[in-house]
Amino acid sequence: MTDQLKKILLGEQGLVVIFIVAFALVSALVPNFLTDRNMLGLLQSVVTVGIVACTMMFCLAARDFDLSVGSIVAFAGMVAVMASNYTGSILLGLLAAIACGAFVGFVNGVVIAKFRINALITTLATMQIVRGLALISSDGRAVGINSPDFYQLALSKLLGIPTPIWVLAILFAIFGFVLNRTVFGKNTLAIGGNPEASRLAGVNVDRTRIWIFALQGVVCGIAGILLASRITSGQPNAAVGLELSVISACVLGGVSLAGGRATMSGVIVGVLIMGIAENAMNLLNIPAFYQYIVRGVILLLAVLLDNLRSSALGRR
Amino acid sequence: MSFLDFSHITRTYPGVKALSDVSFGVEKGAVHGLMGENGAGKSTLIKILSGDQHADAGEIRIDGKVQAYASTRDAFDNGVIVIHQELQLIPELTVAENLSLGRFPANAGIIARARMLDDVGAKLKAAGIDIDISRKVKTLSIGERQMVEIAKAVMLDARVIALDEPTSSLSSRESEILFALIDRLRGEGKVIIYVSHRLDEVFRLCDSLTVLRDGKLAAHHASLKGVTRDQVVAEMVGREISDIWGFRPRKAGDVRLKVDAISGARLKTPASFEARAGEIVGFFGLIGAGRSELMRLVFGADPRSGGSISVDGKLVHATDPHDAIRAGIVLCSEDRKHDGIIQGRSIEENINISSRRHHTRFGILNRASEIATAETFIKKLKVRTPSRKQDIINLSGGNQQKVILGRWLSEQGVRVLVIDEPTRGIDIGAKAEIYELLYQLAEDGMAIVVVSSELPEVMGICDRILVMCGGRINAELARDQFAEKAILAAALPDTKTPDAIAS
Repeated sequence: MTDQLKKILLGEQGLVVIFIVAFALVSALVPNFLTDRNMLGLLQSVVTVGIVACTMMFCLAARDFDLSVGSIVAFAGMVAVMASNYTGSILLGLLAAIACGAFVGFVNGVVIAKFRINALITTLATMQIVRGLALISSDGRAVGINSPDFYQLALSKLLGIPTPIWVLAILFAIFGFVLNRTVFGKNTLAIGGNPEASRLAGVNVDRTRIWIFALQGVVCGIAGILLASRITSGQPNAAVGLELSVISACVLGGVSLAGGRATMSGVIVGVLIMGIAENAMNLLNIPAFYQYIVRGVILLLAVLLDNLRSSALGRR
Repeated sequence: MSFLDFSHITRTYPGVKALSDVSFGVEKGAVHGLMGENGAGKSTLIKILSGDQHADAGEIRIDGKVQAYASTRDAFDNGVIVIHQELQLIPELTVAENLSLGRFPANAGIIARARMLDDVGAKLKAAGIDIDISRKVKTLSIGERQMVEIAKAVMLDARVIALDEPTSSLSSRESEILFALIDRLRGEGKVIIYVSHRLDEVFRLCDSLTVLRDGKLAAHHASLKGVTRDQVVAEMVGREISDIWGFRPRKAGDVRLKVDAISGARLKTPASFEARAGEIVGFFGLIGAGRSELMRLVFGADPRSGGSISVDGKLVHATDPHDAIRAGIVLCSEDRKHDGIIQGRSIEENINISSRRHHTRFGILNRASEIATAETFIKKLKVRTPSRKQDIINLSGGNQQKVILGRWLSEQGVRVLVIDEPTRGIDIGAKAEIYELLYQLAEDGMAIVVVSSELPEVMGICDRILVMCGGRINAELARDQFAEKAILAAALPDTKTPDAIAS
């Protein structure tokens, strides 16, 4: 019996099993948890983390790291609001935001892949530079949205489900496909598994890494737009600490920091576990200060489990 | 009984008997040479001496007492110190700190700097080692670092000091200083084991000599009086060649690969060679002769600083492996673990990583063809695995090598296959299978370049052998000219007249 339990928990799908059990427990024990309203609220709350986690997964899978995501999200939000206020066209604002995100990501990628600067250091630097740009562009103040249509991005619904959740779901689907079914995805995993061997096998390692960071920038741009729309303004101090939540969610979802291992389903579960924990704690009126501790403990337990799993799987 | 006594040492690795029943003794105050070809068992013997590995049978005695070490640390404490080719010093620490590491003189955890400097200084002075002990190791030359390594042995009052190819990266002046130090240690009654490929050094330094061959004791000379160089070379190579090679003659076609005067950062002397369709060309040399460096240039794995490469008469502008692969050149690296397999990924992915680009549309994989390719090569190359989904790390060395070969054979347009140490760490059975595969590929018109440190292997399977030494191609021999002595002589750094020997 215990052997079988061990096998399930430490197997390929162990995380999903734990998630289902946790979900069932929380549903049964926490009042008002399993309601339509709360479920939508929960999903809304994980949109930013979830979207950015899609590409952070690629980054980590290729043995890289990106700390600049929070700053890019805030900066892209500012750009989206300011550009659409200035031009009067929301579309132009959105394109500008995505272009700015992509540019920052591209710079990250080039510095890391071509100049061989450690990803941690590079993105630590761009994290601060970009946050500075966000603050400078508005002189440190929040910028209100002029056009009410911009709000609609976050408020509109399709089939009763808010647009941002659709966007999240679509990105999950796209990046899940990209990871498993495209050359880009497989090359990402191969680079994380063994960068030198991948290069010698003919993978264009530098180009792949630059693409990963550029994509990360694009996705941060999208997250920034949706966030700005939800909080009805461009906030230069938005999304502080986002990078840590996103990396936590990925690690919770079984993405290996040593590279070479990642699954979209795992990351989705990781994102949802974080969301559920926070949501349940809010419903139970647990003070915010204690929530930090719980989040930290969950993360530690998850990596511990992951460690057990890899030593159970790996024979050597 | 001698002071240091090896008695019936046997050590088996899976599929290979690295050492079998090796016995010899070394007297106190003697420098004892240990020679043999690559793979003869020298390093295994040294590893057993240093406590890094254990003998399956047999024992080592020092001063009549049986030594059984649990670890290298244990050997250290018993006065046995091995100085490896790769030095084990910490660059950011000073010489004195390096020499005191692990036993810093300290008061309540605070290092007693003055006492440390005094201790180290006094010991080194007594041993006649002249080095500024307050310098950081990273500021020292390789030769000086070697001195520090030996100083470590002196600090610990070692009884037995083994040096593994100590002069391989030293200048001749640095070597002289080293030899003077070794002479001094001999005078103090230490036992010194001197592992080297260099005949002149061995004859100059050593009092006695052991030659290993195929893991067996080939010769033991208690004194080098009357022993000639030729005799030692013959002892190193003199084996009967058994026919596990299964060589088949083939007809060579047109020139497939033409390498013209290429050079790079790690291969200064421009190198040129050709390989014809259907030909297997061997590159022999000792470790560090520049063979792998040359092949990495051919494959675009390292940047080329000059020269040209062409395949079937067409110039190849390879600045990166993926360019070379598109031009039809592929390389199986010598270090499979570091440069070959992608750990954590399946056999299927390891096979498809390069050739999948032929089967994709808009970057989207063709799953059916990937599965088919994987299954085809698992079957064709007889990869022993329960499933194509198996993580490659779980396969044996031979099967990993086959998967890497599968990776390249699934590339349809391969015209030149470069394979570096094709059978390193591979058991005999798989070896024969890999040779057979190489013959088939050559018969299908591929040009094959085999790099190997195993002389019998290159002689057994190649149509032509190029010998490298010190970063230069030193000799070229056609199959009817193959002779172990001539090839080895051209590979040994001491040989002054390679042309005379090659002809």
